[in-house]
Amino acid sequence: MCQVGEDYAEPASEEPPPRQPGREQKCVKCKEGLPVVVIRAGDAFCRDCFKAFYIHKFRAVLGKNRLIFPGEKVLLAWSGGPSSSSMVWQVLEGLSRESAKRLRFVPGIVCIDEGAACGLSPEARAKTLAEMKLILQTVGFPWHVVALEEVFDLPPSVLRCFAQEPVETEGAYKAAVDSFLQQQHVLGAEGAGDSPSLAQGEEQLSWPCTQDPQNPQSPDRPPTAAQTEALSRLFDSVKTLTAKEELLQALRTHLILHVARTHGYSKVMTGDSCTRLAIKLMTSLALGRGAFLAWDTGFSDERHGDVVVVRPMREHTLKEVAFYNHLFAVPSVFTPALDTKAPEKASIHRLMEAFMLRLQDQFPSTVSTVYRTSEKLVKAPRDGCAASPPGPRCLLCMCALDIDTADSATAFGAQTPLHLSQTQPPTPPPTAPCCSAGMGRVQGCCGGARPCEREDPRACVIEQLCYGCRVNMKDLPSLDPLPPYILAEARLRSQRYQRPLCSGSPGGPWGGAPAGPLPTQLLPQGLHRAADPGVPG
Amino acid sequence: MVPLFFQVLKPRLWTCPESSISLIHRPLPAKRAPPPPPALGPRAVCGACFCAAFEAEVLHTVVAGRLLPPGAVVAVGASGGKDSTVLAHVLQVLAPRLGISLRLVAVDEGIGGYRDAALAAVRRQAARWELPLTVVAYADLFGGWTMDAVARSTAGSGRSRACCTFCGVLRRRALEEGARLVGATHIVTGHNADDMAETVLMNFLRGDAARLARGGGLGSPGEGGALPRCRPLQLASQKEVVLYAHFRRLDYFSEECVYAPEAFRGHARHLLKLLEAARPSAVLDLVHSAERLALAPAARPPAPGACALLDGLNRGRPRLAIGKGRRGLDEAGPPRDGEPERAPAPEAVPAF
Repeated sequence: MCQVGEDYAEPASEEPPPRQPGREQKCVKCKEGLPVVVIRAGDAFCRDCFKAFYIHKFRAVLGKNRLIFPGEKVLLAWSGGPSSSSMVWQVLEGLSRESAKRLRFVPGIVCIDEGAACGLSPEARAKTLAEMKLILQTVGFPWHVVALEEVFDLPPSVLRCFAQEPVETEGAYKAAVDSFLQQQHVLGAEGAGDSPSLAQGEEQLSWPCTQDPQNPQSPDRPPTAAQTEALSRLFDSVKTLTAKEELLQALRTHLILHVARTHGYSKVMTGDSCTRLAIKLMTSLALGRGAFLAWDTGFSDERHGDVVVVRPMREHTLKEVAFYNHLFAVPSVFTPALDTKAPEKASIHRLMEAFMLRLQDQFPSTVSTVYRTSEKLVKAPRDGCAASPPGPRCLLCMCALDIDTADSATAFGAQTPLHLSQTQPPTPPPTAPCCSAGMGRVQGCCGGARPCEREDPRACVIEQLCYGCRVNMKDLPSLDPLPPYILAEARLRSQRYQRPLCSGSPGGPWGGAPAGPLPTQLLPQGLHRAADPGVPG
Repeated sequence: MVPLFFQVLKPRLWTCPESSISLIHRPLPAKRAPPPPPALGPRAVCGACFCAAFEAEVLHTVVAGRLLPPGAVVAVGASGGKDSTVLAHVLQVLAPRLGISLRLVAVDEGIGGYRDAALAAVRRQAARWELPLTVVAYADLFGGWTMDAVARSTAGSGRSRACCTFCGVLRRRALEEGARLVGATHIVTGHNADDMAETVLMNFLRGDAARLARGGGLGSPGEGGALPRCRPLQLASQKEVVLYAHFRRLDYFSEECVYAPEAFRGHARHLLKLLEAARPSAVLDLVHSAERLALAPAARPPAPGACALLDGLNRGRPRLAIGKGRRGLDEAGPPRDGEPERAPAPEAVPAF
């Protein structure tokens, strides 16, 4: 394959004859055991070495990044699928090791029941729920099972980024670990644990199995039929599978965030594997989220401020996960997702997945190449959540907006939906300057009054979204079925920023900053910019 | 005259009373005074208005992006294919308004059975537009190395030939030389939005961080003494370019390069067509993503320049410069290729 960086320094030597596994070959690591699985391009591992390799990778990813402090409460997002189940199992094993190498955080599990969005019957949902509870009780961490319908009860504050003091990594981490170890020695001597985070003490799994008397979302109280109906209506109103998946992702993230904040978890771990992240990266590119790749696929995602999402499984390929789960009997639950059994061309996500896996068959280094490239992505300095955010953030995905001015020479400018300017007649020139400093780019000149009061609330919401979310919103004909917290937050923000809409102001046909107004005689006659690119779903 | 490959719409023509109707997916540039009627879907325009709109878009891209200042002498990279033909034609139309003068520069890579026919098309175009044409050949510039020779040299190792990598880098150098010969101040190439989208997909799949870090904008200002380059057609999709060439009845060369089937770009192109079928705005979404990529500065090793590649070819170790191990190479050459790589214009009849 024309792979950049492939070493061609020597002429390719003749391929060694393919080794027959099983008889002559031994594990490449310990050279003794009988190999059971082939990892990467031809390394055969025996069972024990494979386990050690797998576990070591997990610990190394956590240890290298030094983000999880000892005693911290970490929420594990478990979907029931193989990767997240494997992650939960790793955490379980990691907590039960001898003290020097033991994982030092306090886990909890959250599980989102998305049955309503996927169109499952209540019986199927109840059955899946029962299976999940069985596993959750075996694992023994505090768990929260939340139905997706709970999004209708979320407060608008879930969409806000809470400023977080930047922690100086090196010194602070080491100091925290040292003080934790010191405390443990002291407690071990005294024989009593007085802080809840040290309650794990020297014992193995001492979690009480029945959990969370204060958990308001107790699974014994199923969501009301009205909420289920509202959720189905929302998802049915979305025209394309791509937009449905993105919407589901956004709602799921908000819900997990809410659970984490309510119960005091400062970190969330998700079980995205290397393969999934590579596919996600390419999908995000195709969806117009190139500005946010580092957050979407990196190890840590701090866009929410107080809750950081980490991805400890990001160096494990799906093959390794599958084999580990099979060899070591890691329990998992199959839940149908939105795109289960969907045809290959149904959505961008499915297309990209099929393409990557097919390419991976042909060129076995595809996934690792994409992964390596993703490690080189940086979070652009626009991310200002440590200080008060200088620029507006997207309403749904909470990343800094990546929108240019309406008529700039960019891909955004080339397809600006100017329905904003065309639904109202040109207003007289503004009396006061409209662009307040620190608002990021403005979409043109303004009128004086609050536009959302007389304008379509859809425009209010759309202009607060990033490019990718805007494209998705095109597939949602009406914003009414959306959960109320989104619309409420949109109204709040537009009132707070007092950001009026772009109207067809006489200031200049091209609006915005970079180029001055163009004399009209250069323009051909009789042409207008269309209201909507009219992308057929 | 009704174009054969588009469905005929109900005539909701507010711009032009002509009878031929075509369908485009993108909004047209704005005009000042009368507000348009409410638009409910793809715009319906006739051929003449479409061409006018296309030209207005290119004009806007050039002006808003400040690509070609007045008085510039612009070297147009002309391959004879649809993109460069359309580019040259549009720039000729816009030249009086922009205050620029044009020169055609064609590159002869020495690919038998392909490039000679394409050059014939370029010569016809130059005669039709009365523009000065300069042809620069690899064989003259690079010590006798034609692409066929490069392909033979890289063929022996049993792996894929990677001749497109060589061709892309050498062509940029050749274009540079040709532009200097005619005294140009800027270079323009006909890359369209589909090309840019394929490039970003391809660079991620190949892990080419160097090229990812460079591409994306409308052009490069010209580092290390190179001439500034730009791509005025970058925001126009391939369909629009083909339509424009059709309506203006432009004569271009539309066969695929003989080495194109081996190119990795084919995978990216196939993927892009699938994505476009699932979501028509995917092309511009990808261009937007490419514009906004942020890569770590340390991850940008200079991509090998023409000097490095030629060095490798001359030493009989052609892969030396494009591999990781640069042992034996004294210098990597100035990073000349400030542009995403492009396969030798597979100018096949476009599939819709």
